[in-house]
Amino acid sequence: MQAYLDNSATTRCSERARDIMVKVLMEDFGNPSSLHNMGMVAEGYIKKAKEQIAKTLKAEEKEILFTSGGTESNNMALIGTALANKRAGNHIITTSIEHASVSAVMAYLEEMGFRVTYLKVDKDGLISLEELKEAVCEETILVSLMMVNNEIGAVEPIEEAVRIIKAKNPRTLVHVDAIQAYGKYRIYPKKLGIDLLSVSGHKIHAPKGTGFLYIKDKTKIKPIIYGGGQQKGMRSGTENVPGAAALGVAAEEIYENFEEKIDHLYALKERFIKGVTEIEGVTVNGKVGRDSAPQIVSVSIEGVRSEVMLHSLEEKEIYVSAGSACSSNKPAPSKTLISIGLSKSQLESTIRFSFCVNTTEEEIDYAIAALKEIIPFRRKFTRK
Amino acid sequence: MYKAFLIKYAEIAIKGKNRYLFEDALVSQMNHALKKVDGTFKIRKEQGRIYVETEGDFDFDEAVEALKCVFGIVGICPVVILEDEGFDKLAEEVIRYIDMAYPDKNFTFKVNARRARKNYPLESMEINAKMGERILEAYPGLKVDVHKPDVMINIEIRSQINLYSTVIPGPGGMPVGTNGKAMLLLSGGIDSPVAGYMIAKRGVTIDATYFHAPPYTSERAKQKVVDLAKIVAKYSGPINLHVVNFTDIQLYIYEQCPHEELTIIMRRYMMKLAEHFAKEKKCLGLITGESIGQVASQTMQSLAATNEVCTMPVYRPLIGFDKQEIVEISEKIDAYETSILPFEDCCTIFVAKHPVTKPSLNVIHNDERKLEEKIDALMQEAIDTVEVIHIEA
Repeated sequence: MQAYLDNSATTRCSERARDIMVKVLMEDFGNPSSLHNMGMVAEGYIKKAKEQIAKTLKAEEKEILFTSGGTESNNMALIGTALANKRAGNHIITTSIEHASVSAVMAYLEEMGFRVTYLKVDKDGLISLEELKEAVCEETILVSLMMVNNEIGAVEPIEEAVRIIKAKNPRTLVHVDAIQAYGKYRIYPKKLGIDLLSVSGHKIHAPKGTGFLYIKDKTKIKPIIYGGGQQKGMRSGTENVPGAAALGVAAEEIYENFEEKIDHLYALKERFIKGVTEIEGVTVNGKVGRDSAPQIVSVSIEGVRSEVMLHSLEEKEIYVSAGSACSSNKPAPSKTLISIGLSKSQLESTIRFSFCVNTTEEEIDYAIAALKEIIPFRRKFTRK
Repeated sequence: MYKAFLIKYAEIAIKGKNRYLFEDALVSQMNHALKKVDGTFKIRKEQGRIYVETEGDFDFDEAVEALKCVFGIVGICPVVILEDEGFDKLAEEVIRYIDMAYPDKNFTFKVNARRARKNYPLESMEINAKMGERILEAYPGLKVDVHKPDVMINIEIRSQINLYSTVIPGPGGMPVGTNGKAMLLLSGGIDSPVAGYMIAKRGVTIDATYFHAPPYTSERAKQKVVDLAKIVAKYSGPINLHVVNFTDIQLYIYEQCPHEELTIIMRRYMMKLAEHFAKEKKCLGLITGESIGQVASQTMQSLAATNEVCTMPVYRPLIGFDKQEIVEISEKIDAYETSILPFEDCCTIFVAKHPVTKPSLNVIHNDERKLEEKIDALMQEAIDTVEVIHIEA
């Protein structure tokens, strides 16, 4: 049996997304900028995809900008607004548990002269609204918050945060990294007061290399990629038409029978947590109930290093992440896990399990059985 | 401009009656190295020299890079081939050549002519003198120095005329295939690929053994070793990489033996396994990247303890090297960046905080007795499940 429990790293492409992608690649392969009919047809796919995505956000089509994925969306949102608004102020606020595609951009903006405040989080990974309120000032041009943390599934209080920010400085723009949240929550940027929202395609069963940035109409933002002026000059380069078409379909699909899917995910999560906490010396990081993300469980397993655990599970065709998959290129302890106060030994022994709508109870039970077998055995062999 | 290479080799010129064996090996290694280069190459042996001739267009830089990896080559001289159209025409070509090869006309030179075709109207000495004059006329900034010239302009009169003046240094050593085969214990570190390179440089064909310990070491760690073997193979030619699953042996030692002896006992079993595969592949020795005192398992006492289990000679080309010296070679052969990729290797996973540095053979023998029950079966299992990967650069 195989159990792919690494859906926050990436997901399998949906069949509907694949089908439309193949059709665009093989039949309707025109360039949307071409004046002839094939160009028109290609443009039609882009328009349709924008429509599908906009609908899920209750937004307008013109507010959707296609990108190459979450990292580019975050880069575009942060660099694009910082550059366009630098005369209004030079202060930016974010959290200490952001994904590298936000935190590395913040480091870059700091180098360029912006002042960045990093909000602390509590043991559950949640920011303090008090601290946020104090941090916002006249100079604050941008606040960037992640909605769902990719490593522990903490859900930040976005609605209250936006209210606090806008009350203190109505000109401050709010960016939300919704890469792990989109498709798991109904997010309506306009109602919430969000100005920019990043989404990645391959986390919601669209192909890799796809994503979008929601940019509220009339937001002051500059492009970061220049060239032939596609997408109204905001992101030059021939549109990834097959990718956009697939993303549109995947976005529509993930919100079909939405409540049912979310209930399924929480049921899986509950089942998993119940099983895994029966094992001695295993702790779940962050919140565990409906106030946490439905698809992510982070566990620390005393006495078994995460890499060994990961490869032991791999031998049984169970695939998970050690900390965050996106940070496996540089084996440094995770900032998120440090921020929530894990000890050194916990940092070294934390594994992330992440589910999707296609995950089954059988897979969960298989994984739990494997953990029950592996953990006591591997604990016998430790560094002394 | 260049249409051929003259290959200079040193040591093989002194190998007496076996000389042709060495030359043939060199030619075969060169052929192998040039296989992947854009262009058509023909290698010709002639009167104690080896020429690489090209037909049509070829990628000069690629060809030089490939030849620089062939042990036995001391120098690579790019050669201009000219038709014999009289001395005046030849002088014109030489002057043009100097302009192309040396834009900065401020050096000393000497003309070194060789008249292999005796019906050429001028003798070698005459060619030297006359050509020198013509060059000085064309470039008055140059000076002749017959003892220590900066540039030696070689003119060989054969059916055609070969003109060359630059020597690109080769790696030296002896052609691989002239000195038997040895089994390299290859880890993912910096030292062992360098050790393999050094021994291959002496003409030795290489096979390798890697100890894999899943789930403690990952598939990516194994891939890294494959990549390193590929880098060594660029110089040594194809390598049969033996990937041995060592986990069960390691865990058994962990359970049975004192923890501070784990590494040393483990290494003894690694040597035994490597020697097994070495015999199977008709190797004449083992190669390790050990250097005295580098880590606990490489003190003289530890080396004696690991050496004891082998009957084959163990070659340790880095034995007297400092780490920095090893790193320099690793960088030179382009292995360093791969070597430092951060993957755990099986020697470090259970390493004790204070491993023995002066193991006593008696104590080790006694403790190894605790392994008697299962170790033979586990060793057999490791041998039976070995994966052999054929590596070509």
